[in-house]
Amino acid sequence: MNNGNYAIRTKDLARNFGNVRAVDGVDLAVPPGEIYGFLGPNGAGKTTVIRMLITLLAPTAGEIQVAGYDVLRQPEEVRLRIGAAQQEAALDNKQTGRELLGLQGKLYGLSRRLVDRRIGELSDLVDIGDAMDRLVGTYSGGMKRRLDLAAALIHKPVVLFLDEPTTGLDPISRARIWEEIRRINGETDVTIFLTTQYLEEADSLAHRVGIIDRGQLAAQGPPADLKRARGSDLIVVRLEGEAEEAMAALSDVPQVEHVEAHGQELTVSVSNGATLISAVALALDRHGVNVQELTLRTPTLDDVFLQVTGARLQEGQQTL
Amino acid sequence: MTAWRTPERTDQSETTGRDHPFPTVTNAETLARRGGFFRDTLSVAERALRSVRRDPEVTVPALFIPVFMYIVTVGALNDIAEGIPGLNYRAFQIPVAVLFAVTGISRAMVVVTDIQTGYFDRLAISPVNRLALLLGLMIADFAMVVALSVPVVIMAFIAGVNFATGVPGILVFMFLSGLWGLIFAGFPFAISLKTGNPAAVNISFLLFFPLLFTTTLFMPQEAMTGWLSAAADYNPVTYLLAALRSLISDGWEPLTLAKGLGAILAVGVLSIGLALAALKGRATRR
Repeated sequence: MNNGNYAIRTKDLARNFGNVRAVDGVDLAVPPGEIYGFLGPNGAGKTTVIRMLITLLAPTAGEIQVAGYDVLRQPEEVRLRIGAAQQEAALDNKQTGRELLGLQGKLYGLSRRLVDRRIGELSDLVDIGDAMDRLVGTYSGGMKRRLDLAAALIHKPVVLFLDEPTTGLDPISRARIWEEIRRINGETDVTIFLTTQYLEEADSLAHRVGIIDRGQLAAQGPPADLKRARGSDLIVVRLEGEAEEAMAALSDVPQVEHVEAHGQELTVSVSNGATLISAVALALDRHGVNVQELTLRTPTLDDVFLQVTGARLQEGQQTL
Repeated sequence: MTAWRTPERTDQSETTGRDHPFPTVTNAETLARRGGFFRDTLSVAERALRSVRRDPEVTVPALFIPVFMYIVTVGALNDIAEGIPGLNYRAFQIPVAVLFAVTGISRAMVVVTDIQTGYFDRLAISPVNRLALLLGLMIADFAMVVALSVPVVIMAFIAGVNFATGVPGILVFMFLSGLWGLIFAGFPFAISLKTGNPAAVNISFLLFFPLLFTTTLFMPQEAMTGWLSAAADYNPVTYLLAALRSLISDGWEPLTLAKGLGAILAVGVLSIGLALAALKGRATRR
């Protein structure tokens, strides 16, 4: 496989667990300096992909290169160049924050002086004040996540893997983590591979996103491009009855570009929603369709997700 | 889902179209270097030793049980045992007390916790030497069990027991006891690395009881009869106890000490072999 200066490159990456194909032929090409958002629902294969990328899990098939090194043949070289914060903050509750970062630095071959310097540099991120000398077991969830991120950064990795870094955090803690991810990427050129269940997180942070569904990469590209491909405007129709009659009604409106039905919800793609919403409403009324709600909006990543996977990712909006 | 006029999917291999100017070669440079085997081992051991003083629930029973067993056993059997010519039962029981202090004491539960919290994965994705992950913990265990043998030695003096081999003999006594504790710890480490299950780690006590109770725990072998005496012949702890007792009662007996050390090493081949195999399985990507 030719790396071609990619920070992360996979080809036909696959992983089986028994008879289950958890990851199925994923091709990734992430250039240096990019924030790549990896989106998918629980069980889609995100964590399995990330565990293969960070040398914790061997693939069943395919090739992987990270930071220019083959993960299968040169895992030690890869480990020197990556940092990872996994889904649950992977910390030792019986150490203080300072001890934990100190040990982490030593295991990456940093001198005592350099470890102290790095802890100082990361103190803004950790931002736990006197708690640095308290046992990690006494920290709040947000403090643990920030310390976990600092531990992943202590040696200045070239590629940083973040597996759902803000899941379960309150909005303020989440915003701080986002801010820090942007700052790290902006200041140090580090490539960031980020898995998330939060579409707004991917939309806000990632230069490109990949959507994984049932182990396969279903779509990939910059969020703006993916949303643009979805249509310039969306008219969302919530129905009281079946969708067939509404679909037939909308086929009479020539400016409609695309219609999808998900249960009792229709998503209508149009180029000029403000002009067409009345035409859509009239067409539905003419066919006697009972409409519960009719809304006009621009596409979101959730709409892209719905289009490529058939289900919404955001909680409470699932329609299938 | 029903649909018509389905748009084309985005090409999976697409990398163009971004609105962010990425460098073709990254400017990022890591500070990481290989620490080396000794530094890695010491770093892991340092962390393990720190956790010892934060886990009093591990060390307190190891201080209490040997003292309790010693007092109860000597109290119950001293008069009977001292009927055996030449036997000083208070001295005879000191090595038993030290084995109760050091056997089964390990940081294996720390490994289980690390596996369950994901911290073991954090260590595994660092460039740390794999062997150092186990050896560092075992060095800390050795230091801990040697320290745990100190109160037993003090108890011996309080009980009026003197070492025939003097201060050097006391040091060898503590070393052999610590080495046994270290070697036995291989079993709980193997179980913890293999299973990652705290309940399973206690299975190592299934070895503790037969090893310590089918030997010359309460009586000299010549006073034992039947199957227990035969079993004691094949139990490595018999030779370890004989070596430890010789340091107290008989003076320097090289053959007895060599047999004791050999018994420890024979168990070590098994326990450390199992622990290393479990470490390899845990650290290898499957």
